[in-house]
Amino acid sequence: MNNSQKNKLIDTSFKTIGLLFTYFGIAILAILLYKIVHAGYTRINWEFLTSLPSRKPEKAGIYTAIIGTLDLMVLTIIIAIPIGVGAGIYLEEYTKKTKLSLLLEINIANLAGVPSIIYGLLGLGIFVRFFNLGESILSGALTLSLLILPIIIVATREAIKAVPSSLKEASFALGASKWQTIQKVILPSSFGGILTGIILAMSRAIGETAPLIVVGAMAYVPFIPHSLFDSFSVLPMQIFTWTTRPQAGFAIAASAAIIILLILTFAMNGIAVYFRNRWQNKLGK
Amino acid sequence: MKKITLLIMLAIVATACGDKKTKNKTSNNEEVISGKIKIDGSGTVFPVSEAVAEEFLKVQPKVKVTVGESGTGGGFKKFAIGTTDINDASRDIKSSEKELCKQNNIDYVRLTIALDGITVVVNKNNTWAKDITTAELKKLWEPNSKINKWSEIREGWPNEEIHLYGPNTSHGTYDFFTEEIMGKSGASRSDYNAVSDYNVAVQGIEKDKNALGYFGLSYYEENKDKLNALSIDNGNGLVAPSLETVANNSYAPLSRSLYIFVSKKSAQRIEVQKFIEFYLNNAPSLSKEVGYVPMPASGYEAQKIAFKNAIVKH
Repeated sequence: MNNSQKNKLIDTSFKTIGLLFTYFGIAILAILLYKIVHAGYTRINWEFLTSLPSRKPEKAGIYTAIIGTLDLMVLTIIIAIPIGVGAGIYLEEYTKKTKLSLLLEINIANLAGVPSIIYGLLGLGIFVRFFNLGESILSGALTLSLLILPIIIVATREAIKAVPSSLKEASFALGASKWQTIQKVILPSSFGGILTGIILAMSRAIGETAPLIVVGAMAYVPFIPHSLFDSFSVLPMQIFTWTTRPQAGFAIAASAAIIILLILTFAMNGIAVYFRNRWQNKLGK
Repeated sequence: MKKITLLIMLAIVATACGDKKTKNKTSNNEEVISGKIKIDGSGTVFPVSEAVAEEFLKVQPKVKVTVGESGTGGGFKKFAIGTTDINDASRDIKSSEKELCKQNNIDYVRLTIALDGITVVVNKNNTWAKDITTAELKKLWEPNSKINKWSEIREGWPNEEIHLYGPNTSHGTYDFFTEEIMGKSGASRSDYNAVSDYNVAVQGIEKDKNALGYFGLSYYEENKDKLNALSIDNGNGLVAPSLETVANNSYAPLSRSLYIFVSKKSAQRIEVQKFIEFYLNNAPSLSKEVGYVPMPASGYEAQKIAFKNAIVKH
């Protein structure tokens, strides 16, 4: 075997190994999906989506859990978007490179890596106990907002960074003020990127269980929240409760609920990918 | 593009706000009351409270009953500071928890709502172990236990490693088992597979010929075809765990009562009173339905009297 043959062999084997590694993750996901769908698809119907939780596994539904999840997401967005995007704009456009801003940056990057249960404990201490908001959907939303803030801030900054400086300079050259430039030039052209970040942050938030258990998401809630201070349940909580029950029927219901949660997450990720592509095309032109 | 986003947002908000029309079937002529009742505590008692809350909703649709499952101990932490009205408990209240309630002026009444047994289970292919004495259980589970093989428990059992499964320390079941077998709550060896979800223990024991574990009777009853339960000998002969032996108290010492602790302050509220009455009236059938053992009727009558006294005395 000469050198060139040897190199070729190494080349092919590396390619094969790389391919195997790539498929490894996908194969695991496929097995998981198959098992879950196989176990749960029989339970998915309109009744399952619109029934209250029940002690009878064949009658139990996820109505309150799914509405709780959607309500919580909406509240979280309302709280997290202005703060996250505002902070992102400020850090990218207004701060000068001082030690303080460096410290802020490092801390935000650190926050993105804090385990979610810690946010739960923080939420319990601050929102539930100190501000006395109780084990309410508002406490849950505030806690989740904290959790996804770093992601939104980082996404906002990256999106703004990606706006070509020629656009900004053109705006300034026309005599626009800084705020006008941000409002009319920077935000519109970075909008897709920011939105992608927000949606990805939400798809992280939608699957969170640990921090919500800590701030008091309930396992059995037979009504949907009518005020910010009502008790709530969420899909992951319902799944968690069902998987611990002895009756086999609950395992099927849990699988069905997992499918719904996965559909929601995949849909949100899909929307994020769609916007990212549109945004890139727009900037590319 | 902005419009699309706006539409999506609106759609989400609209779904979230959409309210389901509640069916107002008032089949009985009971006076409609409203209010909120917060229950938390034991995951073991959770199915009973959930079932009662589910049925109560049909009678009193305006009373919002929520049930959590933070565990008996976790629930008492909330109960002791007045966050919850009722705490589900799979063991009695500890002195430290009593102390905490006292500090916060939370007076309470303990009501027994059903009975349960702790089963010691082994793999279906385990051909040697059919029964076990409480002394052997103590030797096996006590802190720093040196027993790692079946042959070390009883002569004649195979010289193979034993693999142990049990609930983790947050479970009332753990407190109860250690109290009854070791004589001290919480005294247990720690080198076993401590699970938070009993189904994990069921699956573990089902797949391992040399496994042994303990958990509530309902988990065994649902998995009878996959597991074997050991009869227990406490010195008075062998007794197999079953709904009957738990009900007549012969399955000793691993039969236990399941409780609800009701805050006396909350018990002043009409919706809580109605709920507890409903609970005690329906606990016999509903506890059976979710896998537990009802007390004899006289037991429930005693609980009703205890609750009435608690309201008056407050």
